[in-house]
Amino acid sequence: MKTACTHKARQPLAFFALTAVLSLLLSACGGAQPQGTAPSPSSEGSATGRAITVLAAASLTEAFNQIGKEFEAKNPGSKVTFSFGSSATLATQIVQGAPADVFASASPATMKVVTDAAAANAPKDFVSNTLEIAVPKGNPHKISGLKDFGDESRRIALCAPQVPCGAAAVKVFAEAKIVPKPDTLEQDVKAALQKVAFDEVDAALVYKTDVIAAGDQVDGMEFPEAQKAINVYPIATLKDSKNPALAQAFMDYVLSPEGQSVLTKAGFAQS
Amino acid sequence: MPSPDSKPAHVGAKPATQRAAATRATERPWQGRIPLLLAVPAAVALLFLLLPLAGLVIRAPWTEARTVLAGAGALQALKLSLITATVSVIIVLLVGVPLAWILARPNLRAASLLRALITIPLVLPPVVGGVALFTVLGRTGLIGRPLYRLTGFAFPFTPYAVILAQVFVALPFLVLSVEGALRASDRRYEEAASTLGARPVTIIRRITLPLIGPGIAAGAVLAWARALGEFGATITFAGNFPGTTRTMPLEVYLALETDPGSALLLSVLLLGVSVAVLALLRERWVSRW
Repeated sequence: MKTACTHKARQPLAFFALTAVLSLLLSACGGAQPQGTAPSPSSEGSATGRAITVLAAASLTEAFNQIGKEFEAKNPGSKVTFSFGSSATLATQIVQGAPADVFASASPATMKVVTDAAAANAPKDFVSNTLEIAVPKGNPHKISGLKDFGDESRRIALCAPQVPCGAAAVKVFAEAKIVPKPDTLEQDVKAALQKVAFDEVDAALVYKTDVIAAGDQVDGMEFPEAQKAINVYPIATLKDSKNPALAQAFMDYVLSPEGQSVLTKAGFAQS
Repeated sequence: MPSPDSKPAHVGAKPATQRAAATRATERPWQGRIPLLLAVPAAVALLFLLLPLAGLVIRAPWTEARTVLAGAGALQALKLSLITATVSVIIVLLVGVPLAWILARPNLRAASLLRALITIPLVLPPVVGGVALFTVLGRTGLIGRPLYRLTGFAFPFTPYAVILAQVFVALPFLVLSVEGALRASDRRYEEAASTLGARPVTIIRRITLPLIGPGIAAGAVLAWARALGEFGATITFAGNFPGTTRTMPLEVYLALETDPGSALLLSVLLLGVSVAVLALLRERWVSRW
């Protein structure tokens, strides 16, 4: 009887082990696919290769995916791979030697980390982003403006002052002479926005582009003080690029009217 | 985990000395030389676990230790972590041991299904766990919405949310551990007590609980460690505010963004405190069984 019990107990374990192994196998196959296809265009191209990797701030995700597609269409045989993330994390990765060709950062400070380490060529500002008040769809908690952020009874999410969106928020509140009463200081702007989308906070301070990217889950509200904390995005090609010509071409495309129009649609302002 | 053979050593002191002798006899083969076949993978496992910790200690900028560790943020986060993890484990014990006892009943029909369900928080990414908690206990959640309407209270962004998140991820560790101990324990002692007229509560108190004491202790330690390290569900469900919801792992994560050196120091601090607490518990508590 005892053995029957232990046997029973092992079944779920075996099931989970099997699932784990299977998912590992699947992810291994999935991972191999893009790697397998990536080198082929580069081998049939010129000696310099036709593939680049672009590291970009998370807020650029939607716009850069679009720009990447257009760029590949205009440059047959080229392949642009993106890695999106927190600008600070990406800057650390570049300094640590991550193989990449272009870096588009959400703040001059994070770009400076890379240029100080002599890992990037001269950066250029390509867009700017302003803060907006994000409220749950339909503004159910009747937020009327920035002054509500100083109301203790309200549930408010801000970015932590250590990250770019939080630093911009500090500037805005200083300008408006409001002492904010946040309930949570989020690690990045998407986390703050998610709390709004779940209707767990009455309002959050996020970027205009994030409000647009969130679609109809949240509503955005502009406020005058946002103009005092405009966040400029720099872009640069990297010194370690295996394909500097294509990297430069991508950067030029981002700065071109075509690239700028995609970015404007995503809510960015021209720098 | 003690092998089933060594079990009677804890409880069998009364019945006979010959049983203890038999235990000693089975232990003897293990006291010889460790076969190479086991020694090599065991050494690999040990190195794999310990080297990253050594790296943490070596790379931490010790010259900055005083300013980082004396800063208000670190101690506040540490205090919050220790308090919430301890409260969580108390809750986990209060509800987890009874659940394990029911699961371990020999003729429970839905046992394997229940056991699979209980394992879910183990395989679920903690961030998903945090979102799941929102759907039930958030301000717009199943239970959270009526609660908020009636009282104006909502769990997210309070220390209670930190505790809920920790209980959610830590509970399975205790339940599985205690259930394992119950299954491995010799049920005949309970049957004997029952035939001698002991009531169920007396049997649980006087026989079952002492019998599975080491299992409960091991489960509680696992649950405490898991609660202390909890990150994903906490940052999602409880948010991140100094003093109320920013536990040590959240403090470390935020420090990584700006000052990786202080993140290393904070990690070493959390590591040191948890090792110290576990060592102390082992001395005082576990050895008594």
